[in-house]
Amino acid sequence: MQQKTAPMMQTVGLLAPSLVFLVLFTYWPMLQSVWQSLRIESFGSDEVTFGLGNFQRLWTDDSFQQAALNNLVYALGTIVPGIVIALALAVGLQEATRLNAALRAIVYFPVLIPLVAAAALFSFVFLPGIGLLDWHLAKLGMAQINWLGNPKVALWSLIGLTVWKNAGYYMLFFLAGLQAIPNDLYEATRIEGAGVIGRFRRVTLPLLGPTFAFVFVIALINAVTQIDHVVVLTKGGPSDSTNLLLFYIYQQAHENLDYGKAAAATVVTLALLLALSLTSLRSLERGVHYES
Amino acid sequence: MKAEARWLAAAVLSLVALIWSTPLLWMMIAAFRPQNFGGLDMASLLPDFAPTLANFAEALDSAEFARLYLNTIVVCTGVLVVQLATVTLAGFAFARLRFPGQGAVFVLFLVQLMIVPPVLIVPNLITVTRLGLYDTLIAAMLPYMGSAFGVFLMRQTFRTIPRDFEEAALVEGAGWGQIIWRVLLPLARPGMLAFSIVSVTTHWNEFLWPLMVISNPDNQTLTIGLATFTRGAESASQWGVIAAGTFLVAAPLLVAFVLFQRQFVNSFLFSGVK
Repeated sequence: MQQKTAPMMQTVGLLAPSLVFLVLFTYWPMLQSVWQSLRIESFGSDEVTFGLGNFQRLWTDDSFQQAALNNLVYALGTIVPGIVIALALAVGLQEATRLNAALRAIVYFPVLIPLVAAAALFSFVFLPGIGLLDWHLAKLGMAQINWLGNPKVALWSLIGLTVWKNAGYYMLFFLAGLQAIPNDLYEATRIEGAGVIGRFRRVTLPLLGPTFAFVFVIALINAVTQIDHVVVLTKGGPSDSTNLLLFYIYQQAHENLDYGKAAAATVVTLALLLALSLTSLRSLERGVHYES
Repeated sequence: MKAEARWLAAAVLSLVALIWSTPLLWMMIAAFRPQNFGGLDMASLLPDFAPTLANFAEALDSAEFARLYLNTIVVCTGVLVVQLATVTLAGFAFARLRFPGQGAVFVLFLVQLMIVPPVLIVPNLITVTRLGLYDTLIAAMLPYMGSAFGVFLMRQTFRTIPRDFEEAALVEGAGWGQIIWRVLLPLARPGMLAFSIVSVTTHWNEFLWPLMVISNPDNQTLTIGLATFTRGAESASQWGVIAAGTFLVAAPLLVAFVLFQRQFVNSFLFSGVK
């Protein structure tokens, strides 16, 4: 029941302010990255050629391969436990009691502090020997671990920080999703004789489908775009064990001034991000249709 | 559920929440702990000391917090004011108008939800430099002034306002200016509030982009100041001072959350409503 087509001037006037920024800071930089990634400047001459040279250099760069692999581990390592913990907390805290409200707030607090502030705190949490973790683990009679200095452990330490910071955020969406499930469905399965676990598997999980897909996309975007803790705590080290794609891009541009490589890495990251989130959004849409 | 199971669940959840709270709990305790108190027991979570403000005094002394707060407030306000204008206008257009190419333009906005500005730091740095804005607060704000998320949120908000309200006002002879100020904006306020909370939280906490575009210490924001300051205090092992500094940076939003818990939670949930 829409009205007739609006006057051109009115539409343009309303959309133009947003579109200017959208074009200038999303679409133009995307094009710019593609162009820059194909542009090859040679040393000592003004000659510029175009080709896939930057991508070749990127592909053969061990640091880039390491960063891509790390980012995959980091994404899986933050998304899976993040979602499982968030869902468990949401199920456990869904009843609106006073205790639950307090516990929810506690889990939610880390969401509100800057990632840089979390990193500053965790520089003490991970401090060898006298830090928060080691000191308390020593009381329990456990051995010290070099949380950020050991290349085998460092990425998992950052994963722990990220899960701590984001689980409360994802919990909110699961809480909202749980509230939307009608009670009669639980009743119906109860009459059919399903226990607590059966009801969770047959009602809760399927009906939370769209919430899962949505939280997955947010968590994925976070895993690619949030690297403040890498900058503050590890700078990608030790020996590239915590280097992530965006940190690699930042390093190439900011420290090595290698804009060609930075642009090629940006293009690869953009392509990955777009492909992954479009795929999961499509499944999200299917979930919504299924529900209605 | 049986009573015992219920108690067990409450106990497990409380334990998880306790573990979850330790980093922030430690921050609160260490910030007020006298310096050099306890020495190797800095990690203790027991407040077995007379609280002192010495750590805060030293933190305030070693970084220009007044300047950092001011810059952060300027950035958050600047971004928000422009955003509110751009997103309400575009949100209204998508909710109420029908125009050729609507679907395509909508997809243009959709894509920005996934291609978030942090991935584009390098080309955006080049754009900002070409505009002659490198090392200014404007540069820190510019990429965020249009917001696809905000446009979706306002589109959703305007859709919940019945069209009859505008038509009734039109029939009574009100002009468009009056309709916008008297009818639409007041009714759209919940959506605008929700968006404002998410926006301010995001930009208060922003780090990488300001780090890229700002070099002059006078233009730094709180997060950059905190990172610099942490590096200095860390090499001197002044953990109490780091705790105090972190407290100063995080406190405004934590206090706001405690005061307006319901609005905060609803606003962040809004980012799930599309």
